[in-house]
Amino acid sequence: MAGIVRRTANPLLRLLLIAAATMALPACEREERTLRLAPPVASALDGVRLMPIGIGGAPPEVYSALEKPFASNAYDLSQGKRLYNWMGCPQCHGDGQGRSGPPLLDGWWQYGPDVVSVFVTIRDGRPGGMPSFRDKLTTEQIWQLTGYIQTLGAYSAKTAAPSRDDGPQTRPAENRAPAAALFDKFPEIR
Amino acid sequence: MRQGSRAAASVLPALLCAGCAGAQSAFDTGGAQALGLARLMIFIMAVCAAVWLAVMAALAFALWRRRQEATEPLAIDARRQRRMSLVVGGSVAATVVIIGLFTVTSFWVTRSLWAGDRDAVKIDMRGYQWWWQVTYRDGNQAFTTANEIHVPVGRLVRIRLTADDVIHSFWVPSLTGKQDLIPGRTNEVSFVAERPGVYRGQCAEFCGLQHARMAMQVIAQSPQDYDAWRQSQLAPAAKPSDPEQVFGEQVFLSKPCAACHTVRGTSATAQLGPDLTHVASRSTIAAGVLETTRGSLAAWIADPQTIKPGNNMPMVALSPDELNAISAYMASLK
Amino acid sequence: MTSEAIPLDVRDRAIDDDTLRARLAKTWATPRGLWGALTTVDHKIIARRYLVTAFIFLALGGILAVLMRLQLARPESRVLGPDFYNQIFTMHGSNMMFLFAVPVMEAMGVYLVPLMVGTRNIAFPRLNAFSYWMYLAGGITLWLSFALNMGPDVGWFAYVPLSGPEYGAGKRADFWAQMITFTEVAALAVAVEIVVTVFKQRAPGMSLNRIPLFVWSMLVTSFLVIMAMPAIMIASSTLIMDRLVGTHFYNPAEGGDVLLWQHLFWFFGHPEVYIIFLPAVGMVSSMVPTFARRPIFGYLPLVLALVATGILAFGLWVHHMFVTGLPRVGESFFTASSMSIAVPAGIQIFCWIATLWDGKPVFKTPLLFVLAFLFTFIIGGMTGVMVASVPFDTQVHDTYFVVAHFHYVLIGGAVFPLMGAVYYWFPKFTGRLMSERLGRWVVGLVFVGFNLTFFPMHILGFEGMPRRVYTYQHDVPWAALNLFVSLSSIVLTAGFLLFFIDAIRSARRGVAAGDNPWGAATLEWATASPPPPYNFAHIPVVDDANPLWSAPETLTVAGGLRVDRRELVVTSVAEARPEARESSPANSIWPLLTALATTVMLIWSIFSPWAVVWGSIPIAIALTGWFWPKGTPEDEA
Repeated sequence: MAGIVRRTANPLLRLLLIAAATMALPACEREERTLRLAPPVASALDGVRLMPIGIGGAPPEVYSALEKPFASNAYDLSQGKRLYNWMGCPQCHGDGQGRSGPPLLDGWWQYGPDVVSVFVTIRDGRPGGMPSFRDKLTTEQIWQLTGYIQTLGAYSAKTAAPSRDDGPQTRPAENRAPAAALFDKFPEIR
Repeated sequence: MRQGSRAAASVLPALLCAGCAGAQSAFDTGGAQALGLARLMIFIMAVCAAVWLAVMAALAFALWRRRQEATEPLAIDARRQRRMSLVVGGSVAATVVIIGLFTVTSFWVTRSLWAGDRDAVKIDMRGYQWWWQVTYRDGNQAFTTANEIHVPVGRLVRIRLTADDVIHSFWVPSLTGKQDLIPGRTNEVSFVAERPGVYRGQCAEFCGLQHARMAMQVIAQSPQDYDAWRQSQLAPAAKPSDPEQVFGEQVFLSKPCAACHTVRGTSATAQLGPDLTHVASRSTIAAGVLETTRGSLAAWIADPQTIKPGNNMPMVALSPDELNAISAYMASLK
Repeated sequence: MTSEAIPLDVRDRAIDDDTLRARLAKTWATPRGLWGALTTVDHKIIARRYLVTAFIFLALGGILAVLMRLQLARPESRVLGPDFYNQIFTMHGSNMMFLFAVPVMEAMGVYLVPLMVGTRNIAFPRLNAFSYWMYLAGGITLWLSFALNMGPDVGWFAYVPLSGPEYGAGKRADFWAQMITFTEVAALAVAVEIVVTVFKQRAPGMSLNRIPLFVWSMLVTSFLVIMAMPAIMIASSTLIMDRLVGTHFYNPAEGGDVLLWQHLFWFFGHPEVYIIFLPAVGMVSSMVPTFARRPIFGYLPLVLALVATGILAFGLWVHHMFVTGLPRVGESFFTASSMSIAVPAGIQIFCWIATLWDGKPVFKTPLLFVLAFLFTFIIGGMTGVMVASVPFDTQVHDTYFVVAHFHYVLIGGAVFPLMGAVYYWFPKFTGRLMSERLGRWVVGLVFVGFNLTFFPMHILGFEGMPRRVYTYQHDVPWAALNLFVSLSSIVLTAGFLLFFIDAIRSARRGVAAGDNPWGAATLEWATASPPPPYNFAHIPVVDDANPLWSAPETLTVAGGLRVDRRELVVTSVAEARPEARESSPANSIWPLLTALATTVMLIWSIFSPWAVVWGSIPIAIALTGWFWPKGTPEDEA
């Protein structure tokens, strides 16, 4: 590459080549679309190591090996958003602002904000009315939903966060950091 | 030379008529609408071909006609100019006439495409990424199926078209022209099938990852066969008849399947994916991707993402016994 | 022109020829090296850059097409997956339409229009330089995004809701939309320059009825650009707003409309194809007289046909929406208007054939390309009349029939004339002739390869094959024709490769061409090949539409321009009577800096709306530097 740049006499072309070389970063992870997760990986993703009290723990090793895609991959986040609407979450959580169930974007996480807690909440359910989705979603789908929920409750919008949906607007879109717009950082304890 | 021209005589019709056969061909018509369209298309094409040949002939003549010695570029004969102006003017006038003719005949055919109010079979089609939800609204009993439409021969079929997510397009070329399914709008298409048979159609508006695999079938039957089909579709799902199918039903209800699919007569009532009440009665699954057999059902359930990458059906982890059982159960849902 | 108290020896009348050329060369020169390259405002250098860049994009787009044909050669092929294929066909279309077809035509205009009207530089030369940098930035942005797996995958017309905020995940569609902003700014800039050049900088005596037809076509095209581009800029900007900040332009649930996108896009999209086609028509009108050895037949009808095409082009856009369920009578109106645009096209075709009939054809490569154009474009025009009919369109819309149609009119109607134009004007641009022998091979390969590749697509459309499908199944009868098409595309590719090889070789080692190797009639052939930086040592004066034929030995010229600073003549709009001596800007770095600042703002705005606010500051600084008064007198009588 450097040889090509040096041998190129035309100064303009040389400038362009240098610019291209510096900007040719590895493929942008944000936009990768993993359409099919290999089955061994998918089943390994179920192996979260939960703390005995049921809150917090460590994600499965394969999660780190995948470079934590579900939190920052635009396609997975949009799938998570689709699943949020399809699986009936708005029935209890509304558009994230809460209904019979707690709000998801007030920055207050009953079982902790970390990815393992949210994953286990969705997969196993929690006392007080949160059903288990182990039999309704695959592991990969629960991870996609987890990533989406985390983005929903984030106080600064991620670039990969989904945008508004094509429906009636009831709150700012996820990429406008609705948590920051609608709630103070530390709401009153209920 | 003679042999060559004979060969050409046999190749040419085959080439031209290559567009004729086939269940998704605009020229293999199965009804009045498609026939009217095909006739208009052939008429316009014939006139256009003649015009093109005439222009090419004029060009060839212009290039290779006998002419006197070259003169200076600016030496122009005024009389010849006038004659040329007349010819060019006449050609332009002919163009205007032909275009007027096409416009009028097109408008006339457009009007005839939309038949009046008759006793029509009323169907609602809703486009999803990447399958078709079909709801029959006839009478006071409605039922829902997916990707396959049965219609009685000789009766008008009116289809109301809506879209759930993005723009799709309903297109069964052997029966009629296409219409888009647009979110926020309701469109309509209508046709009469006059010949019994299976007509293939496909989504004709780019709708994402699996636009290429969003096919549908329209099956035109005699009125009796259609009524029989209707009755069987109205009925709830067949009960499992052997232990493997019983286990299969349990797998279906306890796994993510029931979270998205409906099988009428069971507790599975979700409408996120195609209605599976009579899935085995349809000739294809996954919107025309695979022929319906127990094996293809098993293959689809085991790994939908390899067969139709990016579609919304997840790859559910099943043990071999569960897979066998659920495919047996699905294949029994006739 | 009255003179002021300026020493006589800075006016061109007072100097002998050799000194004149030397001093003009110094005044109008572009310095060598990187700084000269970055600051030049010479329309010829900028146009050459545009051309090289556009042809590089053509080659890249061609590679994408080869990949598509590789995937479609067999049913259920797994050469490319659906996601990559969708990115590829979107990139192919967007690249060819926005990064090749329009810029290459603009480039030919930027190079040739000032020469053909007999002036020294295009109007607003710094804006010209700015437009190139914007175009380059837009192209690089799009291709880099593709290389980083962020390439748009929603089709070149990016219908909502697929490209909208809910179904277009990530930033892919935003890169597409912003690329449009880059390229439309560049196109608008060039259009404005061409209009002003043609109206106000023509050689004295070049009244409206003596303007070369290529210049007329570029003028009409420029008006089309000015009136059509705003629609697409509104569309792409509102799409970015919907995606980035949650506006509801295309959200039916909140009062928006999905069809609004289609109306806005196609209101631009239909004139867009005439923006591509009309310059090609102008090129044909330039080449036919030269190779028929007689002036063009029907100059006035041809000009009126150009203008009529331009006006009619704005009344056709709904023919892209015939199956969306719009009211039937309204749609039929657009059938009438879409078909009626065949009338001015027909006028042009008949006039060219009449010219050839009355002249004595010289069968050199440019004429061969014109003949290929006539054969191919008329087929495309015929299929265009077919798809203009609403009922016909309901069967062929969004099928391979339409793919065949638009390739026939775009490649046949624009690329063939362009390739002929390259053979024709290459000697003027580079001083060397391209190879006549290779040229015939290029015509043959491209013509045969093109027809073999695209004609069967008409049949595929009739057989029910939709567009934009990454694969097809075994139960449909398309496999044989698809394989045939894919194999034929090898011939077409070979033809293009040979074209590039010929161009590159001839640029280095071609036979030297004189000022006027084809014996043509227009003013660009009255100066050296390649033209000196100042174009003409003395501004020519014309009294005929074919100046080099009516006065082959000597050309009347006008004198009185200064040689110590850049000056050109401004003339009146209709009669081209000299009005003033206008100063022409010197080389400047500010266009590049402004383009850089604008690029930063536009790319930043893909990620954050605050970019519009903070990113405007560097732009304002750059524009201030650009317009800072330099104290040079503007125009003098």
